[in-house]
Amino acid sequence: MNLRKDFPIFGNRPEMVYLDSAATSQKPRQVIAAMTEFLEKHNANVHRGIYDLSQEATDIFEGARGKMARFVGARDEREIVFTGNASEALNLVALGYGKKFLTSGDIVVISAAEHHSNFVPWLRLRKEIGIRIFMLPLLPDFTIDYRILDKAKIKKEKIKLVALTQASNVLGTVNPIAEIADYLKRRKIKAKLVVDAAQSIPHMKIDVGKLGCDFLAWSGHKMLGPSGIGGLWARRELLEAMDPMLSGSHMINEVTEEGASWNRVPEKFETGTGRLEGAAGLGAAVDYLQKAGREKIAGYEKELTEYLLETLIKIPRVEIYGSKSGKNRLGVVAFNVAGVHAHDVGEILNRKQICVRTGHHCAMPLLARLGVESTVRASIYLYNTKEDIDRLAEGIAEVKKIFRV
Amino acid sequence: MNDPLYREIILENFEHPQNYGVVKNANAEKTSVNELCGDKIHISARIVNKKIAEIAWEGEGCAIARAAASILTGETEGQPVVKIKKMTSEAFLKKMGITLTPARRKCALLGFATLQEAIK
Repeated sequence: MNLRKDFPIFGNRPEMVYLDSAATSQKPRQVIAAMTEFLEKHNANVHRGIYDLSQEATDIFEGARGKMARFVGARDEREIVFTGNASEALNLVALGYGKKFLTSGDIVVISAAEHHSNFVPWLRLRKEIGIRIFMLPLLPDFTIDYRILDKAKIKKEKIKLVALTQASNVLGTVNPIAEIADYLKRRKIKAKLVVDAAQSIPHMKIDVGKLGCDFLAWSGHKMLGPSGIGGLWARRELLEAMDPMLSGSHMINEVTEEGASWNRVPEKFETGTGRLEGAAGLGAAVDYLQKAGREKIAGYEKELTEYLLETLIKIPRVEIYGSKSGKNRLGVVAFNVAGVHAHDVGEILNRKQICVRTGHHCAMPLLARLGVESTVRASIYLYNTKEDIDRLAEGIAEVKKIFRV
Repeated sequence: MNDPLYREIILENFEHPQNYGVVKNANAEKTSVNELCGDKIHISARIVNKKIAEIAWEGEGCAIARAAASILTGETEGQPVVKIKKMTSEAFLKKMGITLTPARRKCALLGFATLQEAIK
């Protein structure tokens, strides 16, 4: 795609092979510049001052919200709540919506492929208010087996929330969210559908209307933006019904000695001074991805994903966890070298400046189901090349040499 | 092969671990997990007359964690408990004779820390 030149880190570390974009993406110069420019030219607190500078800062901050809204197909930019990251957005759903509207015995449906971020908040609600969790298993093609709800011995009317990842951070599988939303509707399951888009949003075009979901959570840092800013989308009436998670300044309408009333949405959820330069960077990341072309990015990544899979399949003793076909899948590939622990693979790859993730990838229940303690994970993004993947293969050959396997 | 980390002593203990298993009638026992990677080491020992009469380990982990646990049991069997309590992590790492990055120190010390907890 020839976009690699936009990412200064590759110029500064020419030997590096970065294959850990599922953890966080590298940043293009345009995003870095937008943040620097905000700090050097427009920095003031937002929604506060009467002076021009504050208005400029506000315009950039709110401009980023508008960009983000259009990016996910929201009809109203006030439906975008800035959060720290996807984890915080999912916590906001659990605590701001779940804690208010769910009661003991209500069921939250999740899948076996969830990141801890979309699992632990529900565990917490189970402990605090007595909800039940129903975990959907995976099919042989590693997508979510949602049709099992037809046979499951649970009361359908008790299902109040279905919280699923759009793309697994371990398996790379893309789940058919729109199909699941449709299924729930046909089965008259009146549950709110929560989508964890942390892994999907950097790579796929997302339209909340087409997905048919009620909540969408994501992180900015995985989609070329800075860390510390992400978001939650929900329909306005839902946001209006929810409780804030934190209280204090900015989120209030009026405060008297007797009490306080909440601000309108989304400010109600954005307590304290927000991530100002973060929003500037996130807005620039959206611009960058739009300009590069979402379809073009997906096409290039599909080619790279297929090459990555082909390369790994050819190496004896490499075991892949997840689909071996590039269909309905992102370029996130978990694997192990038989007889060598993932950490040792990562250690030896690191010597060749190859960055991969090793461990449980914050998805311990999934790894337990796969029957492994840890795996190596290589993940690509628009700046990777086939050469990066060739270097990975060389690295794995070195691992096998050292470990005599 | 002259690898600075995966030296013969490490590979040998990884491929053919010493004292793997569980000690029968153990009177000191502990399991620890490295929360970063999920590695898990279980140490069991039978202490007789203030000495480690028998010690064993089992668990899941990388070559460094497994080799270190193996070396640890080899080094501590028959030793007085008080001597092991006094042993610093630096002293133990020295016995392994490898250079470790901060991230891998945790791997190498997982068994050591578990034993220290077990005999507390």
